[in-house]
Amino acid sequence: MRTLTFFGVSLLALAGAGFVAQQSATQAQQPMPRPAADPEVVAKGAALAAIGNCNTCHTAEGGKTLAGGRPLATPFGTVYSTNLTPDPDTGIGRWSLSEFRRAMHEGVGRDGRELYPAFPYDHYTHVTNEDLGAIFVYLTSREAMRTEIPDNRMFVPRPFVAVWKALYFKAGTLAADPAHDTQWNRGRYLAEGLAHCGACHTPHNALGAEEPERALDGGRIEGWSAPALNAQSPAPHPWTVDDLTTYLRTGFDPQHGVAAGSMAAVTQNLATAPEADVRAIAVYVASQMPASRAADSRGASGTSQPAAPVAEDAVPDSLAAAATSVDGAAIYKSACAGCHERAFRGIPLARSTALTDTTSANLVRITFDGVAPREGSPGGIMPGFAGALTDRQMAALAGYLRSEVGRAPPWSDVEREIAKAREEAKAKKAS
Amino acid sequence: MITLQVNGQAHAVDADPATPLLYVLRDHLQLNGAKYGCGLGQCGACTVLVDGEPVFSCITPILVVQERAIRTLEGLGTAERPGPVQQAFIDEQAAQCGYCIPGMIVRAQALLEKNPAPTDDEIRAALNGNLCRCGTHMRILRAVRRAAQGFKASSGKS
Repeated sequence: MRTLTFFGVSLLALAGAGFVAQQSATQAQQPMPRPAADPEVVAKGAALAAIGNCNTCHTAEGGKTLAGGRPLATPFGTVYSTNLTPDPDTGIGRWSLSEFRRAMHEGVGRDGRELYPAFPYDHYTHVTNEDLGAIFVYLTSREAMRTEIPDNRMFVPRPFVAVWKALYFKAGTLAADPAHDTQWNRGRYLAEGLAHCGACHTPHNALGAEEPERALDGGRIEGWSAPALNAQSPAPHPWTVDDLTTYLRTGFDPQHGVAAGSMAAVTQNLATAPEADVRAIAVYVASQMPASRAADSRGASGTSQPAAPVAEDAVPDSLAAAATSVDGAAIYKSACAGCHERAFRGIPLARSTALTDTTSANLVRITFDGVAPREGSPGGIMPGFAGALTDRQMAALAGYLRSEVGRAPPWSDVEREIAKAREEAKAKKAS
Repeated sequence: MITLQVNGQAHAVDADPATPLLYVLRDHLQLNGAKYGCGLGQCGACTVLVDGEPVFSCITPILVVQERAIRTLEGLGTAERPGPVQQAFIDEQAAQCGYCIPGMIVRAQALLEKNPAPTDDEIRAALNGNLCRCGTHMRILRAVRRAAQGFKASSGKS
């Protein structure tokens, strides 16, 4: 009797559980019903998403904006970005706001799985619920696109992320710093949160976590160097708030040159963000690098002086007939000076961080690949010299520029960076 | 004197080492296939091959290409015996004014030598640095596709 009752109750419970499971499965199949999006909230969300640089990682090359599928190479394998459009099957069409919030704040997917920290939730955790709500409304009001996203090729299993989080991840918002004004605090909120500057500009430890005690000391991203944004900044000219605002909003500042590599996409996004927000980021970042080290060693005044005018038609001197093909100075004079020593064309290289940075990575990549604006966008241009220069010529040119123009001790990584850049170019062509 | 290896022939050239390769090809060697377009490495009309890689000869000083294998449009065939890429451009009548075409052919040659069966996306990516103001892009694309067939055929024969 007892057994029977127990059995009966169990059956009932099982049936009930089955019903619940079936109901939630049905729910999971349905796209989340959304109220009509308020255009003001959409616009706010779009501006915040631009500051968050979401579209850079979540858009595949040649793919639809935010529809995901871009491979992101990490030291732990390749992770493919997800589809942020509201497609119910392959995107976030079935996500609730609270699930989105959990992903952004805690790095947990809709299915409860740990998310790889290539998705910078260690920064997004600082974003307020209100801002996340606006971003969510913006994303879910986009056109739904279906994307078949390849499986990640990570050799670190997901459960390990929980260990990583226990070691390095601190959830929670940033308390305002009363020692600073509202603008600085706004800048810090954006730079440390959505804009996730540190994801590239802070060195990462062996397990891929940012090293908090070396915040903004400079890091590497996709082969490029993300220079230090603190007292270690290698910028020959100290960055002012105005310089930074111009650079971040246009991708170019006459005192510092053009945003290249991964930074180009950041500035293209910030061009669409509210100027006040970009200026706030500039205020915060500039405060991290009061009178940079490189500028100090040059005895710079610390203020932004316009560069001495260069004669429009300054033609480089003709070369000594004895110049060899691996003479860095001769290569510079014959291949580079024609543009870089004319005002309003190439920037004088003495202003370029690529020459004073701790690594030759950016100089090598810019020389090989040039600078190109995104298809259809305005921006600085420079033709690449990958085919014109041999490895030995590139090394000679880098050596000359580093010592004579950058006025810094020789790099030890030039050959390595040249080889890496050649490999990357080959891999890009093959893909 | 600087020695240049152009289309398999050595030429001793009396020119400043800073002189752009394009000027030497046209003015000293009378190889007028490569064209002067923008002079800034932005249009591709001056494209030639150096060690098999396409370069903008208008911004490449002869200093850096001494003793390296330079190939120009003239090295790909003659009017009587055009090379497969040249023939494909003729067959597709890809030229309108024709100014950009030498650069297009040379860059297509570089592509096909590495990748004899490119996809349309690969062709577009490879020719991205070359501009055509007449707008014959669709014919140029057809010509490169046709040239790829020719490449396949000729590699099949050998």
